[in-house]
Amino acid sequence: MSIFTRNHLVALIAAASIAGCSSTPEDTSGSAPVSDTTSYETSTPASSASQSDPALQGRVVYFDFDKYDIRYDSEAVLNAHAAYLSARPAARVRVEGHADERGTREYNMALGERRAKAVAAYLASKGASSSQIEVISYGEERPVALGHEESSWAQNRRAELQYTSEAP
Amino acid sequence: MFVRYFLAVFLALACAAARAELTIEITKGMDNAVPIAIVPFGWAQPNRLPEDVSAIVSADLHRSGQFKPLDRADMLSRPTEASQVFYRDWKVLKTEYLVIGKLIPVDGGRYRADFQIFDVFQQRPIKSASVTSTNLRALAHGVSDIIYLTLTGIRGAFSTRILYVTMERMGPKKQRYRLYVADVDGHNDRIILESPEPILSPTWAPNGRHVAYVSFQSTRPSIYIQDTVTGRQQKITGFPGLNGAPSFSPDGKQLAMVLSKDGNPEIYIMTLANGQLRRLTNHYAIDTEPTWSPDGQSILFTSERGGSPQIYRQHIASGKVERLTFDGNYNARPALTPDGRFLAMVHRSNGVFHIAVKDLVRGTFNVLTETDLDESPSIAPNASMILYATLHGGRGVLSAVSLDGRVNVRLPSRYGDVREPSWSPFL
Repeated sequence: MSIFTRNHLVALIAAASIAGCSSTPEDTSGSAPVSDTTSYETSTPASSASQSDPALQGRVVYFDFDKYDIRYDSEAVLNAHAAYLSARPAARVRVEGHADERGTREYNMALGERRAKAVAAYLASKGASSSQIEVISYGEERPVALGHEESSWAQNRRAELQYTSEAP
Repeated sequence: MFVRYFLAVFLALACAAARAELTIEITKGMDNAVPIAIVPFGWAQPNRLPEDVSAIVSADLHRSGQFKPLDRADMLSRPTEASQVFYRDWKVLKTEYLVIGKLIPVDGGRYRADFQIFDVFQQRPIKSASVTSTNLRALAHGVSDIIYLTLTGIRGAFSTRILYVTMERMGPKKQRYRLYVADVDGHNDRIILESPEPILSPTWAPNGRHVAYVSFQSTRPSIYIQDTVTGRQQKITGFPGLNGAPSFSPDGKQLAMVLSKDGNPEIYIMTLANGQLRRLTNHYAIDTEPTWSPDGQSILFTSERGGSPQIYRQHIASGKVERLTFDGNYNARPALTPDGRFLAMVHRSNGVFHIAVKDLVRGTFNVLTETDLDESPSIAPNASMILYATLHGGRGVLSAVSLDGRVNVRLPSRYGDVREPSWSPFL
């Protein structure tokens, strides 16, 4: 009995993790068993409306130099995630704040936290529960663009949404 | 036989390559650097010494920017004792000072350097001294310290150490962070912490043995203190939010830091003996990068409370706050000379980040560097130079600039991005 239960559990975890993989946009496997488990995953009731919002695919919002206010061009993405979080109380998201390389490292660490907190506050104002959101700043330590000019800096001044539970 | 010869040549080349990588480049020197000759020290034993002591002394003095050591190949004679010194040999080369010496093996596997400094123009010896050490590099730095003190009146900082962080990119989203301790000339580098997660803000305790830093090794930032001798690491903070910018008080008993556990980034002071925290600042703006005044009575820090990042000083007991910088709209990361007079900082002008110094007595403000993205100024314990991080060839490197801006040297680095230097106290 206990062995059966454990095997069953392993199968469920495997199915869940495959489903998690297949739902990420860069996944290209698309074999038959995966699409089966995907349909199982997406059949949960709350997700249907909010998951269809294409803005939910966006996981990064950008900021102006030395600023941490939410830009208008970030609102569609954040609204979609706020709706998703509000519809899925078990979903958990980690908001990572980042800065470009200009300025001092500890100041940028504080700036990154300001950006992450601005995103968290925005999500909460649009219906997400603050208990669903965790914030962390990486300052300038984790750039995505490695150049030393404005086009790189603009990509690095960002906040990223990383789901730790029930990612859309 | 042939194989052995080949191997010897190969090893010599390999060593030369390793040395070449560690060559310090003087990017800006003083026109009136003092010409000095460090004659190869005598060694009467049959074995070859593993280190070239007089070459290390020459490199030390050269790196200070204040001396111009004579190339060994140009020396007309190589005296190792006073009776062999002919002043005209040095006068003709326009050498102002001459240093000669001998190395002697002493008990316990140690070496002793007996050396003399001569004033060539006045034709007289001005100093005789001895330095003893088991380590020839340490011995050489000790000789450099005595020469520097004798000729400038300022205590040499050649026997000190530096901390720095390197970041090596191993692949997309995969990095390797390493925290190093090294001699101030870049030699004897040793990794004391390695992590795939960020390491930043390393700083020395006044005892020159313990260091504090921020590490994300637990996936969130925490402040740690590590013993550089035993390697033992102790976690000091792990509050929600920021845990950053540690700075030891001058007596080593307290640690200033930035925490955002109460909402905003604020400066706190922890008593290390009992972990008790005292909040220093209370402002909705970003307050960060605390550093202590030498008397331990005040904390200097960066704050954007005036609308842009500027440096402020807060008296700990009274809470009285005073703004110290007014030049430009970005001044951050304060560092004070040991006498408290000069304030080094990161300064932005025309969108470019430089190291600047403000004389707090006269009020004068000077931008010292011409490189870009300069950060993390750390002042030598003798206030001769400011060590900082900059960008060279698209890579993070360490440089040093004199407080008057007249000397600028680039320190060697092997690989990766080098950043966040911290100069040790006198050891």
